[in-house]
Amino acid sequence: MLTSPKVAILQFKPRKGAYAENLRAAGEAFAQIVAGGGADLVVLPEGALTGYFLEGAVYELALPAATVAADLAHAWREAGGKRADLVSGFYENDGGTYYNSAIFVEVDATGERIAHVHRKLFLPTYGVFDEERFLSRGRSLKSFETRFGRVAMLICEDIWHSIVPTIAALKDARVLIVPSAAPGRGVDGADDELTSVTRWRNILTSTAAEHGVYVIYAGLTGFEGGKGLSGSSAIVDPFGEVLVQTNMTEACLVEGTLAMDEVDMARASMPLLGDLRSVLPDLLLDDELPLPRGTHDAAGR
Amino acid sequence: MLPVVSQPLDDELAPPGINAPVASDWLTHFILDEIRTRRAMNAAVIGLSGGIDSAVTAYLCARALGPQNVHAFRLPYATSSPSSLDDAQTVADALGIHLRTIPITGAVDGYLQYEPDADARRRGNVMARTRMLVLFDQSAKLGGLPVGTGNKTERMLGYFTWHADDTPPINPLGDLFKTQVWALARYLGVPAALIDKAPSADLEAGQTDEGDLGITYAKADAILRVMLLGYNDAQLTRRGFDPADVAVVRRRVESTHWKRHLPTTAMLSNTAINEFYLRPVDF
Repeated sequence: MLTSPKVAILQFKPRKGAYAENLRAAGEAFAQIVAGGGADLVVLPEGALTGYFLEGAVYELALPAATVAADLAHAWREAGGKRADLVSGFYENDGGTYYNSAIFVEVDATGERIAHVHRKLFLPTYGVFDEERFLSRGRSLKSFETRFGRVAMLICEDIWHSIVPTIAALKDARVLIVPSAAPGRGVDGADDELTSVTRWRNILTSTAAEHGVYVIYAGLTGFEGGKGLSGSSAIVDPFGEVLVQTNMTEACLVEGTLAMDEVDMARASMPLLGDLRSVLPDLLLDDELPLPRGTHDAAGR
Repeated sequence: MLPVVSQPLDDELAPPGINAPVASDWLTHFILDEIRTRRAMNAAVIGLSGGIDSAVTAYLCARALGPQNVHAFRLPYATSSPSSLDDAQTVADALGIHLRTIPITGAVDGYLQYEPDADARRRGNVMARTRMLVLFDQSAKLGGLPVGTGNKTERMLGYFTWHADDTPPINPLGDLFKTQVWALARYLGVPAALIDKAPSADLEAGQTDEGDLGITYAKADAILRVMLLGYNDAQLTRRGFDPADVAVVRRRVESTHWKRHLPTTAMLSNTAINEFYLRPVDF
């Protein structure tokens, strides 16, 4: 068990639609990570290898998870990387059903294994967003075992609904990995950043502190058709403290080290998750909640 | 007596604010990404009118690309105000950008001589479209990208010439209200003479934007800031806005949606462009 995994977030700025070129650029960054001493976990943002706003082109660019796993692993090994876990957002083609997904791949010198593919649950389809016009939503949230403990992946809007990280924590996740592509906006705030960046950090820190989890946030960057993706990649500790966050709006590496026993310490000092486990049945069995109770209508409600 | 802690009063009638350092950094990155990263170009082509919008655009482009890569053009018609030309010169001198003057009088009159009865609106539109013709040709000559200068207020009020002012492929200021552009200008160090003068399309002598629009920018921006969120007129009036001002803004916004779109194309197939065939602009 890795007790102090070293994390490298590759805040990425893809060229729109250029999968092979972006993979090469990721490989160059991998080589920089390896030259800098390597990393146990490398995280790329949502839509990292294609760009985020694809509209109908998503059907041309979406790939099976196994292809993305093989490509990422190949790029990592070509860069001289040893054993590592790679996470990236990607557009997934699962036999003609398309998802906004994140993949967790365990790579070593001889091969790779997909530990999990998370399909984005909440597809923003309002204002500037149009995901559900083109994509299907995921239907499950899982935590899964890794070398450094149980992990759950949430993509962008998934973490804005506090029940999602709550369920991930209840499923024993100790680390939340959040690939994201957040269009920056809001130039009327008092702080030295866009108001959307402030809002995001508040979500990351409050999530981490409430459940005693590490939160690793990988933000896409670069302008796509006037919409600037705000980067702001960060690692937040289980007490809700920001260990590192970039204010760069360019591609960069954001590095940090997790101390996995801090999860236990945070949960001991603020046992909110334990309290929730105790109260949760009462809350969920409340008949006033609009939840299915053993029977479903035609729409599955 | 207990101490009273009251909610601070939110001045809903105030025009929108702006964090100028954050906005200017963001827009600088936008210009760099659009011109260098996406198009592998290195220069901007700007029509410098002597007004605040094109001045701020020039300042942002100079920050992003370096002044040596900004090509500004004064494009006066015979009736253009000499003070506008002077103000454009002031901006170019302050920034050290390239400035060239190409009068459009001959080109405009070459057409309008056959239309002697054209009114001021038609003549103004011909001038605006002629200026755009020059900027796109200079773009082809210089290998620079035409950069638009229209602000959100004039875009929302339809106070521009369709397929002229709105034509350049990128527009840094298009999501900033006029009052925000003024604040940005102060931060960037645009000469006060340009910030303090009354904005004018300078198509006729003595013309001012606020005279044409029938409302000040401060009032229009304050209304637009709230109206664009989806509030109806009754809700706006309840928040303290003057119903007559709201009506002025509403009428202009509602009558100009078409100016904020590409031409309407008859759809005949399930591959109709931008209806079924959907690809992002940067794909």
